[in-house]
Amino acid sequence: MVLSAADKSNVKACWGKIGSHAGEYGAEALERTFCSFPTTKTYFPHFDLSHGSAQVKAHGQKVADALTQAVAHMDDLPNALSALSDLHAYKLRVDPVNFKFLSHCLLVTLACHHPAEFTPAVHASLDKFFSAVSTVLTSKYR
Amino acid sequence: MEKQQHRLAFGTLVITSKLPDTMVHFTAEERAAVVSLWAKVNVELVGGEVLGRLLVVYPWTQRFFDNFGNLSSESAIMGNPKVKAHGKKVLTSFGNAVKHMDDLKDTFAELSELHCDKMHVDPENFKLLGNMILIVLATHFSKEFTPQVQAAWQKLTTAVANALAHRYH
Repeated sequence: MVLSAADKSNVKACWGKIGSHAGEYGAEALERTFCSFPTTKTYFPHFDLSHGSAQVKAHGQKVADALTQAVAHMDDLPNALSALSDLHAYKLRVDPVNFKFLSHCLLVTLACHHPAEFTPAVHASLDKFFSAVSTVLTSKYR
Repeated sequence: MEKQQHRLAFGTLVITSKLPDTMVHFTAEERAAVVSLWAKVNVELVGGEVLGRLLVVYPWTQRFFDNFGNLSSESAIMGNPKVKAHGKKVLTSFGNAVKHMDDLKDTFAELSELHCDKMHVDPENFKLLGNMILIVLATHFSKEFTPQVQAAWQKLTTAVANALAHRYH
């Protein structure tokens, strides 16, 4: 899966519009993931996962900040995400299937908040982008 | 007499083993979330958008629609009358799922066989389409499409995908 010039442009534009809401959306995407895909909660036994949880808010910000970094370095994701890739491979070891769940919920969150911008083409580009990020984060698993 | 009793006993055993224990259970809240949202869905509009997005976001799904004409760009796909018509057909059928949430496997038995034997569709595609339904609903209902509402719909689309795959062989 290769990100075309149009894909990169779509992602940059969309992420730019999100601006300071990124953290809020990150947290919402996490909440949606825990609700729709309860098995994902097994990675957070140490978290308060109730609605409005400060831990989920903070973690959502973390995820959003990482994605903002990824958007800024779309031409070299493996390098930009190298440390996170190590973390997921050697410490967190989140099963690869879960990246699809979170990616889907990120798309749903964006679709809810920015329906006008979330055209089919932008949707496709974002789906590809999240897929590319997921691939990098699981690239050192074995 | 003994034989009859045996047969009776055996008959009872056969009957009990056929009870549906693989049914998906929806809570009252989940049912309400599904039914109330569905009442507001413009099936023709949403159906076309769902199928259109499937073909745009996952272009390999176009393999099933060789005779649909121009699918060469996002605008071609989203504006294609055959895509809109077929999308409406698919989503109308999905409406049946909303009416028969407790009986999905039987409701979709025939369609399952059709998708396997006549259309040769990989069931993975049912999951992709299900997720497209979720996303289009999100664009239409925004704040109303809360995490809880999404979860109910996620459960339904997964159950429908499983029902459609159930008769595959």
